[in-house]
Order: sequence, then C-alpha cells, then structure tokens
Amino acid sequence: MAELEQKSDVRDYDSSLEAVDVVEAAILEAAAGFGFSEDDLPWIGMAIRESMVNAVVHGNRYSSHKKVRVEWHLTPGRLEVTIGDEGEGFELKDVPDPLAEENLLRQSGRGILLIRSFMDEFEVRRRQPQGTEVRMVKFAPK
Amino acid sequence: MSVKLTTRPVGDVTVIDAAGRITLGEGSSVFRDTIRDLAAKGEKKILLNLGEVSYIDSSGIGELVSAYTTVTNVGGVLKLLNLTKRVKDLLQITKLSTVFEMHENEAEAVASY
Repeated sequence: MAELEQKSDVRDYDSSLEAVDVVEAAILEAAAGFGFSEDDLPWIGMAIRESMVNAVVHGNRYSSHKKVRVEWHLTPGRLEVTIGDEGEGFELKDVPDPLAEENLLRQSGRGILLIRSFMDEFEVRRRQPQGTEVRMVKFAPK
Repeated sequence: MSVKLTTRPVGDVTVIDAAGRITLGEGSSVFRDTIRDLAAKGEKKILLNLGEVSYIDSSGIGELVSAYTTVTNVGGVLKLLNLTKRVKDLLQITKLSTVFEMHENEAEAVASY
C-alpha cells in the first residue's frame, strides 16, 4: 500500500473515559500507513491515552460542561497531537518526580513520565482563556 | 475488555491469573477489590500472573503498586509472574522493576516464597 501524504482532524470530545478510548483508537487507526512500526504504535497509543486521561480526569474533572479539544496531524513519518482541556491548569515543575525513591510507591503520577518516554517531543502550554494544552510529536524510524 | 481475574491455590501460594486490560475504570477496581479481599482473608503469599494481560496504563501500574503495598502492609509478599515484554518495559521505565520481584517460571516463583 502506498503511503498517504497527510491526514488531520480537529474535534471536541466529552470529558469521559469513553472519549479516551475513542481518541486513542481513532488516531492509531489513522496512523497506520504513515511509517510507524508495529512496536511503536502501542506506545504512541499509550501516550495519547495518558494525555486524554489527564485532560478528562485531572483537567476537566469529568465535567459535562467542559470539552477536550483533540487536534492531530499526520504526514509520512510524523504524528503531531495536541490535546487541550478547560481545567484550572498545572505547572510541570509541580508534578512530583515519580522516579524519586520517596515517590516510587505512589499510586499515581506516572502519566507524564510515560508520555515523555514514548514521544519525541512533548510540551505543556496554557490555553486561553482557561485550561492546559499538551502537544506531542512522534517521528517514525527512518 | 477489562481485566478478568481467576485465583487458584498452588501449595500455600495464591496465584492470581489476570487476563485483559488493567486500565482506568472498571479494570482497576476489579483488581483492587480482589487484592483487598485476599489480604483481608489473610492470604500472605500472592503470585500475580500477568501473562495474559495485554495492556496496562499508568492507572493500572498504580493498581499494581497499590496491590504491592496492600499485601506488604498485612505482612504478605506479592510477586509477579510471566510479564510480557511491554509490561516489563513499563516497569523498567517507572523503576518499579526495583520494587517487584519478577519470575518467568511458576514453579520457581512458588518455591521462592
């Protein structure tokens, strides 16, 4: 099958766990044929999933009045995903290091570590007027 | 599919065979309830077989940690069996490979208690 040239989508989702599954599946399905390996795709899916969970659970706190904006863009060998919530926002520096000895047995707080591990670029920005936006990029191996 | 758990005794060890996904939502709570029940019953040697677990997210990892502390707090020992490469990678990334004792052979794992 010939590689596709580009594909993209922008959509608002409800703040629900169903949306987490839907977004993960939709982007992974779209990414097929863009040069990512069978090994890479599940890790990319996990990074998307962790970002969605952060937006739905920690950002929007499951609020039915708040949406999660998901924007993705695929070109051969490159996937860029931006996931934005309408929550109160957070500072990356305030997230405890999950690899510190004293935090190893904490039940939560590993999502951002996983996203950073699986994606090649990762940044957190504030949204206007309110919320947090996570932008991440994955490159396929050449 | 969320996680399906089956427990079986092997000598004085309780083996939990897990299959499916351990993720935020139903999968995590089923997992938590099972571990709490076993700990409450005084089961102290628990071997968690993750060989059929296809997917664990950070919430699922949190449940593994919670299970570990729940069992440890009642004087028990929780060990892991048959981790897939993906789950093993996750535990390494999160440094939890330094916390959990992991085995690839059930008989050896049972004998290690």
